[in-house]
Amino acid sequence: MIVLYINVIILCLLVITAIAINQQDNLFATTMLTGIFSLLSASLFVCLDAVDVAFTEAAVGAGIALILFLGALSLIKYKEKNKNEISFLGFLIVILTGSLLIYGLQDIPAFGSPENPVQTYLADRYIVGSEKEIGIPNLVTSVLASYRGYDTLGEVTVIFTACIGVLMLLGRSRGDYKGIVSREKS
Amino acid sequence: MEHHLVLNVVARILIPLIMLFALYVQFHGDYGPGGGFQAGVIFAASFILYGIIYGIERLRKVVHPSFIRSLAALGVLVYVSVGIISILNGGEFLNYNLLSEDPRTGQHIGIIFIELGVGMTVASTMILLFYAFARP
Repeated sequence: MIVLYINVIILCLLVITAIAINQQDNLFATTMLTGIFSLLSASLFVCLDAVDVAFTEAAVGAGIALILFLGALSLIKYKEKNKNEISFLGFLIVILTGSLLIYGLQDIPAFGSPENPVQTYLADRYIVGSEKEIGIPNLVTSVLASYRGYDTLGEVTVIFTACIGVLMLLGRSRGDYKGIVSREKS
Repeated sequence: MEHHLVLNVVARILIPLIMLFALYVQFHGDYGPGGGFQAGVIFAASFILYGIIYGIERLRKVVHPSFIRSLAALGVLVYVSVGIISILNGGEFLNYNLLSEDPRTGQHIGIIFIELGVGMTVASTMILLFYAFARP
């Protein structure tokens, strides 16, 4: 029961943070609020017993992403360009999508129900087989690294590709900039 | 921010601890929460902290960008070569069972190495992103 209360409190805080992010026009404050949002999600994941996900969310969402945002902020202005007019069409689309999503929610199985498709398909196979076949206690690692090794290879390749992409766009060192500028001047 | 005495001293104490924790998360991922992704990010965080406190130029001297670029590629290579070694041993791609006599030992070896590859790529990617965004 106490976990339910904690969940409700954290979810309320998440909504409040989201509204605060939306209302804020100082980008620095927005960035910090995004970090708080990540930290709150991480606590929510801990309550849901997804420690590995919580760990990742805390390290990536509240840690590195925040620093990269701050780095990007140092390149631009701190104030959001004010766009005061409210778009009626946008509002309509958001309301429509939201109500569609809530309508769609009625069909999905109850939270944590054993009849969830995700529980009935391969989960038992992994839970029963992991100890015998892989022999490591952390089920998440055995699924991630062994049963789903291909997927993880894909993820690493995605990270590597993203890294190459960012470096191609932004990766010039200061010296290169000077080189370009002096070449353009001459 | 080098002239801030408190930051300077705290960073000096924290950076080795963060690195140690990253290594723990990396190699203890089989037994507790964690693994290559998280460990890589935490390891990169220690370098980024160093860069923020002592300046990006000094960080560039500690880990040269070209070195860290090759490390990012090497991580993916380590991962793929584990898969290729399992093919050479007569199994399918990424079938760790054949990396050792005992299938479970093979699984252990395979998982340790691919997590190492993941950690290397993630850590160096994060440091490179920091280099790309941070201006001295």
